[in-house]
Amino acid sequence: MTAVTTPRKKPIQRARPGQSSPKLAYLPIIFLAFAIGVPLLIIVIYSFLEKPSQGTGVKWVFTTENYKALFVQEKLDGTTAFDTRYIKVLWTSFYYSLITTVVTLVFSIPAAMWIATREARKRTLLVALVTLPFWISILIRTYGIRQIIADEGPIGKFLGMFDISWSILYSPSATILGLIYVFLPFMILPIYASAERFDFRLAEAAYDLGAKRMTVVRRIILPSIRPGIISGVALVFIPALGSFLQSDMLGGGKTNMVANVIANNFGQARNWPFGSALAVLLIILTLVFVLIIQGIAQRRGDKVELV
Amino acid sequence: MSEKFLEIRNITKVFQTPEGGEVRALDDVTLDIVSGEFFILLGPSGCGKTTLLRSIAGLEYPDSGEIVLEGERIDDKPPYNRPVNTVFQSYALFPHMTVGENIAFGLEMENVEKAEVAKRVEEALEQVQLVGYAKRMPSQLSGGQQQRVALARALAKKPKVLLLDEPLSALDLKLRRGMQVELKRLQRETGITFVFVTHDQEEAMSMGDRIAVFSDGKIVQLDTPVEVYRRPVNAYVADFIGETNLIKGTVTSGGIALPGGNILPTEQLAADSIIPASGEVTVAIRPEDLVLATNGMIAGTVRDVIFTGDSVRVYVTVGDVEIIASLASYGTEIPAQGSQVTLNPENRAARTVAS
Amino acid sequence: MSAVKTTPSKRGKLVNLRNFPGFTSTSWLVMFFLYIPLVYVVFYSFNSSRIGSIWKSFSIKWYGKVLENTDIQRALKNSLQVGFAATLLSTVLAVMAALGLLRMQRAGKAVAMALIGAPLIIAEIVLAVGTLGLFIAVGIPLGKVGLIVAHTAFCIPFALLPIRARLSQLDMAPFEAASDLGANERQILRRITLPLLSPAIVAGALLAFAISIDDFITSFFVAGPGSTTLPVYIFGMIRSTVTPEVNAISTLLLLFSGIVLLGSYLIQRKRR
Repeated sequence: MTAVTTPRKKPIQRARPGQSSPKLAYLPIIFLAFAIGVPLLIIVIYSFLEKPSQGTGVKWVFTTENYKALFVQEKLDGTTAFDTRYIKVLWTSFYYSLITTVVTLVFSIPAAMWIATREARKRTLLVALVTLPFWISILIRTYGIRQIIADEGPIGKFLGMFDISWSILYSPSATILGLIYVFLPFMILPIYASAERFDFRLAEAAYDLGAKRMTVVRRIILPSIRPGIISGVALVFIPALGSFLQSDMLGGGKTNMVANVIANNFGQARNWPFGSALAVLLIILTLVFVLIIQGIAQRRGDKVELV
Repeated sequence: MSEKFLEIRNITKVFQTPEGGEVRALDDVTLDIVSGEFFILLGPSGCGKTTLLRSIAGLEYPDSGEIVLEGERIDDKPPYNRPVNTVFQSYALFPHMTVGENIAFGLEMENVEKAEVAKRVEEALEQVQLVGYAKRMPSQLSGGQQQRVALARALAKKPKVLLLDEPLSALDLKLRRGMQVELKRLQRETGITFVFVTHDQEEAMSMGDRIAVFSDGKIVQLDTPVEVYRRPVNAYVADFIGETNLIKGTVTSGGIALPGGNILPTEQLAADSIIPASGEVTVAIRPEDLVLATNGMIAGTVRDVIFTGDSVRVYVTVGDVEIIASLASYGTEIPAQGSQVTLNPENRAARTVAS
Repeated sequence: MSAVKTTPSKRGKLVNLRNFPGFTSTSWLVMFFLYIPLVYVVFYSFNSSRIGSIWKSFSIKWYGKVLENTDIQRALKNSLQVGFAATLLSTVLAVMAALGLLRMQRAGKAVAMALIGAPLIIAEIVLAVGTLGLFIAVGIPLGKVGLIVAHTAFCIPFALLPIRARLSQLDMAPFEAASDLGANERQILRRITLPLLSPAIVAGALLAFAISIDDFITSFFVAGPGSTTLPVYIFGMIRSTVTPEVNAISTLLLLFSGIVLLGSYLIQRKRR
């Protein structure tokens, strides 16, 4: 007599009450696959296609020329030369984002900590004041900073009284200033969120043990608000990298940052495949930096979740 | 006359409530703490004892008054400039530093050189019996261990005064008892003046050399545990410390008329009791100072009897009040519920107290 | 009276343990910096002079011109139509996603989170041109419908944010109680889950609406003639002329943002 062994069944996942079926998420996912996934796929595909002889769009011929064109330029006489233009653009984007991140960080830490140590009613008001620009169209804010730093703007006129010339608009400095202005709330708010959760009793203990105020900031408070700082850096650096408006409205030349070059290629320059290749490069760069930042966050055990 | 050590003079601290009112956390408090003593600040929550402690530490600045340590004013100095350290109720260990780094922190603030720091950290760990824990992180420690690290961190700086803000309140009973003994031992060994805040009167009495009983921002009585227990200055202290029967009565010739038609003769009251010429008065008698007697002075009916092992608690209805008597369990006849009994106060321990 | 070394009372200069040197002035500088451009634009929107930087006199004529401008009216109408539609769609999809993701398996969940998070991480220009390519390849005309689809896509992660946050904070107990009292999954969803989530859903919707109204790059590429949205139109205004009408319309938009923010704050306070 042989024993009948019943096959081991997978234990049924008992759903807890209130947890809906995963099928609910199917519709959003399908929609996003279409509205987000396919466009991304198209960009990747187009980057390997040729530009048509006339008009916009693509010619369905496979090529890697677009990627080559990022680094190499074919001169009219047929020779190829190392083309640094697009590398410069990538570098410029990186550099501008870096400066923006550093400057906003340096100013946001004291501002966030200051707000967090005010008394409750003043704090709510201050947080609202910092949040408001966050909700105002970036276009309007960029326009606003442009009016301020324009040659005939208030700064220009003020310095003009002392015969100091002021002409910063349509230059890299203007773009960077615009980026800093637009992204400042993005740095302040996450750092503030961390600072507000800081248990001030730890600072009191440090004072009690003989630490002066700046030591307390440096050795007790800053390590505690690290998660907020990392969030802030992620929320400034990565969007700044792919920013379009500031360079367009404040920088003068239309091809300063990556986003501008991409836009140009899908606009006037009518070179969709090349624009797509540049877009793919931007995606890769973005993902690289996201991974770097996540790596830094996880190394010390903080968890940084973007969504 | 001994040298004055820690003088607290006329300290007043007023807080604004969010609704716009005022709270007098400390109201013209004056007291002198002697060097080397284990001093207790005792009272219920909100009575001002923690505010006073924080004022000594420098984490609160009093609105008026002075704090003088060894002849030098310290109340206008920031906390990092006072030779005073605190053990916080929540321990406040720095979560991103190891145990060793936590203890070393205060020494680094004094610019002690590295070799010396390491030595003193080891000493501190020995003192609190946590040798070998230097590399652990606070999150890996139990509550009792964290508390000892907090203690070590403050002691490592060898302060002139150690302030302890209800450090044992988060520990379970057995651990508390153990730490109470530990703290007494440490204080005796190091000779450092301890100022200890607690709301637990048992804790206060078992540990303190002197106790300051607080109520609503004022010190109501300042005395040794024995004095505070045996000679409470008013009903509040009598009730807060230990257990007391507070009985309202009227002064008559020969004694005090108690509810139920009983009269307590004046000779049974404590010699230093203040008895007004006439009118209402409150008598305080501790349950353990009452015994059953065959023809006792206070008659009543037994409402309930509870046997607790080392004592028998009898709840007697006398007139319109209830009196609790705590009788030794050995050799006592346990009265039946509903029976009529008479009680006698013993030891002339009954006393009148201000209400 | 007693021999006490009294240092002169420094009660006026007591060290505030919550104030750090330099932080107050830096913070005021930051606040000032954040608001000066906005104050300037609002201020000069009332300037009667055509030349932006010179103040002539107080006037509200530019507001009149803005309100009369039919192009602006059309652009505003487009923005609002797209905005409401995109908000509705993205919020509904976000709620579905938030609930469905709770029990999704690792692989599916990763794909979903990647798709949802993509607009937050990848620069908008990339998705904008990709969407353009998609519409042309598939043959979707560049109009309001296309705009709504594109806006919905990037609004979903923003609508999702407050909803997921609230979901993670919910205590299990009410759900277990409901189940214990006889409610099935659908009833729990309708009577417990959604009501409990409603403040977060409203917050998500407001966020999505703000994002859609303010969107520029995607709208720039994907809107065809006739479906220009307000930001795209304003961009054109800023590019071509430097008329003070831009100040007026900017101020109006500022006011609008302020009202929306106030509204969301009040709703959150009421639901507390």
